[in-house]
Amino acid sequence: MFPGKVILSGDEAVAYGAYAASVALGSGYPGTPSTEILETLSRIGGRAEWAPNEKVALEVGIGVSFAGGRSIVTMKHVGVNVAADPLFTLAYTGVTGGLVLVSADDPGLASSQNEQDNRNYAKAAKLLMLEPSDSQEAYDFTVLAFELSEKFDIPVLLRMTTRVCHSQGVVNLWKERENAREIPYEKNVHKRVMVPAFAKGAHVKLENIMKEIEAFAETSALEDVKKGSPELGIICSGVAYQHVCEAAPEASVLKLGLTWPLPKKKIAAFAASVKRCIVVEEGDRFLADAIASAGIPVEPKPDSLLFGELDVTRVRKQIRRDETPDPAPKAGRAPQLCPGCPHRKSFETLRDLGCIVSGDIGCYTLGTLPPFSAMDMCVCMGASIGVGLGLRHTLKETDARRVVSVIGDSTFLHSGLTGIVEMVYNRPATGHLVVILDNSTTAMTGLQENPSTGRHLNLDPAYPVDLAAVCKALGVDHVDTVDTTLETERFRELVKERLASNGVNVIIAKRPCILQMKKLAKLAKKESVK
Amino acid sequence: MSAELVNVVFAGIGGQGIILASDMLTEAAFKSGYDVKKSELHGMSQRGGSVSSDVRFGTKVWSPMVPRGEADYLVVLSEDQVEVCGDMLKPGGVLLTPSLLGDYNPGRSLNIAMLGALNAHLRFPEELWVELIRDKFKGELADANIEAFRKGAAGVK
Ligand SMILES: Cc1ncc(C[n+]2csc(CCOP(=O)(O)OP(=O)(O)O)c2C)c(N)n1
Ligand code: SF4
Repeated sequence: MFPGKVILSGDEAVAYGAYAASVALGSGYPGTPSTEILETLSRIGGRAEWAPNEKVALEVGIGVSFAGGRSIVTMKHVGVNVAADPLFTLAYTGVTGGLVLVSADDPGLASSQNEQDNRNYAKAAKLLMLEPSDSQEAYDFTVLAFELSEKFDIPVLLRMTTRVCHSQGVVNLWKERENAREIPYEKNVHKRVMVPAFAKGAHVKLENIMKEIEAFAETSALEDVKKGSPELGIICSGVAYQHVCEAAPEASVLKLGLTWPLPKKKIAAFAASVKRCIVVEEGDRFLADAIASAGIPVEPKPDSLLFGELDVTRVRKQIRRDETPDPAPKAGRAPQLCPGCPHRKSFETLRDLGCIVSGDIGCYTLGTLPPFSAMDMCVCMGASIGVGLGLRHTLKETDARRVVSVIGDSTFLHSGLTGIVEMVYNRPATGHLVVILDNSTTAMTGLQENPSTGRHLNLDPAYPVDLAAVCKALGVDHVDTVDTTLETERFRELVKERLASNGVNVIIAKRPCILQMKKLAKLAKKESVK
Repeated sequence: MSAELVNVVFAGIGGQGIILASDMLTEAAFKSGYDVKKSELHGMSQRGGSVSSDVRFGTKVWSPMVPRGEADYLVVLSEDQVEVCGDMLKPGGVLLTPSLLGDYNPGRSLNIAMLGALNAHLRFPEELWVELIRDKFKGELADANIEAFRKGAAGVK
């Protein structure tokens, strides 16, 4: 099938790189713009699985690595927050098989709840970080990431952004799939049991490894210097490099591929070789701050560029020190719940009953917009239940009785379970009601399977987690399952009844997403042709 | 066609086949030996929101995004998106809308008909498009789309 030249998105290129590097397992949780990595890996013959959330995905990856296999763990930027606990200590234990964590950041908020810059994780957790600037580098750097992870005994953060993930370009797939190494299992508690006595030594070792990587960075060819005018030098990484080359074809450019730890000597030499040296970067002033704190004088970006994604026009403005505000983009058509979407009747009912809805993330977040206007808050995945309980504890009784938490099936399994435990443990005086919007898929990110759909990522049959049974087992007073489209009246009466009681209750609003039904019908047709 | 850099922006509504059309142009350019990049924002597009996709090809392409005001061609599948994306076009750039097709209604093949209209300007060989269409669609669907492509191309004189 490969090698050869093909057109690939950055996400696809990462999958091809991981495949060529003989990754034993890809694990992750869907999240735009990272989702296509594992989908592609599975399609081209690699092994890839959806985990219930990012923390579990990384933990599975750690196990693969400890067992000697290579693993790739993929997620969107906010997913790294969920996986941060194992991540920080994984830096201490190090790896056996190479472990690559892909963080897909979303500057510009194409489809996210915040614009956090995950390069900060490399610094905070002490990871080796690579930042590809296009699909070719996404492929090359993925292959290299596994080697560097094993060479330096450290997890590698492959930091992508929306435009690197989703842009397509020509990729030379130069590598035949290598043979996976077999590493016999060896017990090593000093390395892998992070009790204080062992972790102390591991921390010292990690700081030394960072120094080794820094020395390596000075001699590696991971950056690229384009010699241009001595008047203007630009330091950049990731997709910013592409915009820079177009915006300032005459400038000297230092493109960094390894962005943590930084090759400070090379940066200093570059900065000294030009009259004016500016740093062009998306997100925080991550590079500019690190370079400045190394005592190298560079010109950081202005405040106006702390927001949104870069493009050629904005880079041109930074170069000419033009800080006039960018023209507001014209609003296009807003997305809406599909006609016939099962979430529609659920929200119409909650709206008509005057509920205070503590919401969550998924297609159903669109219930915030008219004509529903039925969601009052939405912070992060899984937050609906905890936030709803906090409201119940605090509002006066008549208002507390109106509070409902709504959460999708995938989100419930991602981080709603502990919310239910909290609900039965620290019961509010007025009780609480959680509505699980079970549309039998992870629709928001493009119809991924999840632990309750009965199918794996590659659509093989899987054991379906029974949401009602789980809630009952945890101690919920009443669990009812309703099709809110066909039984709207019953749903309405149930909600009223539950809100009037002091019980802690769950209603499962169960009806498949219409796009999921289409997908399954197509699949069934394909199967019957076979 | 000599191509230092050609910038094409497709715009429409989720479900109209914007992504497929831009994929096909990307492949046509790639198979014709150009460097090519394509960029769009995926996400919640299945639910009727605005979708646009940038395709750039030429000797060497840097940024994957067409800078505002620099598109040579703006291909719009839903007329209301002219308002949203009109300023992508460079002065003197070419705007292609379904009104070009006159009485001809290609139905679900609108995206392919508009590719035909675009190709009346770009002039990649027709055989290449036929091959790409046969690659994406099977049997009767392929035939219908080839017809849509030809009618779209004929609509632009
Ligand atoms: C920590 C984190 N991981 C991933 C995402 C991306 N994401 C948002 S909602 C969602 C799942 C939606 O599925 P579900 O809850 O079943 O609702 P549906 O879209 O099907 O209505 C995902 C994967 C995120 N916002 N935060
Ligand atoms: S994709 Fe499915 S869940 Fe999302 S809005 Fe459409 S029908 Fe509803």
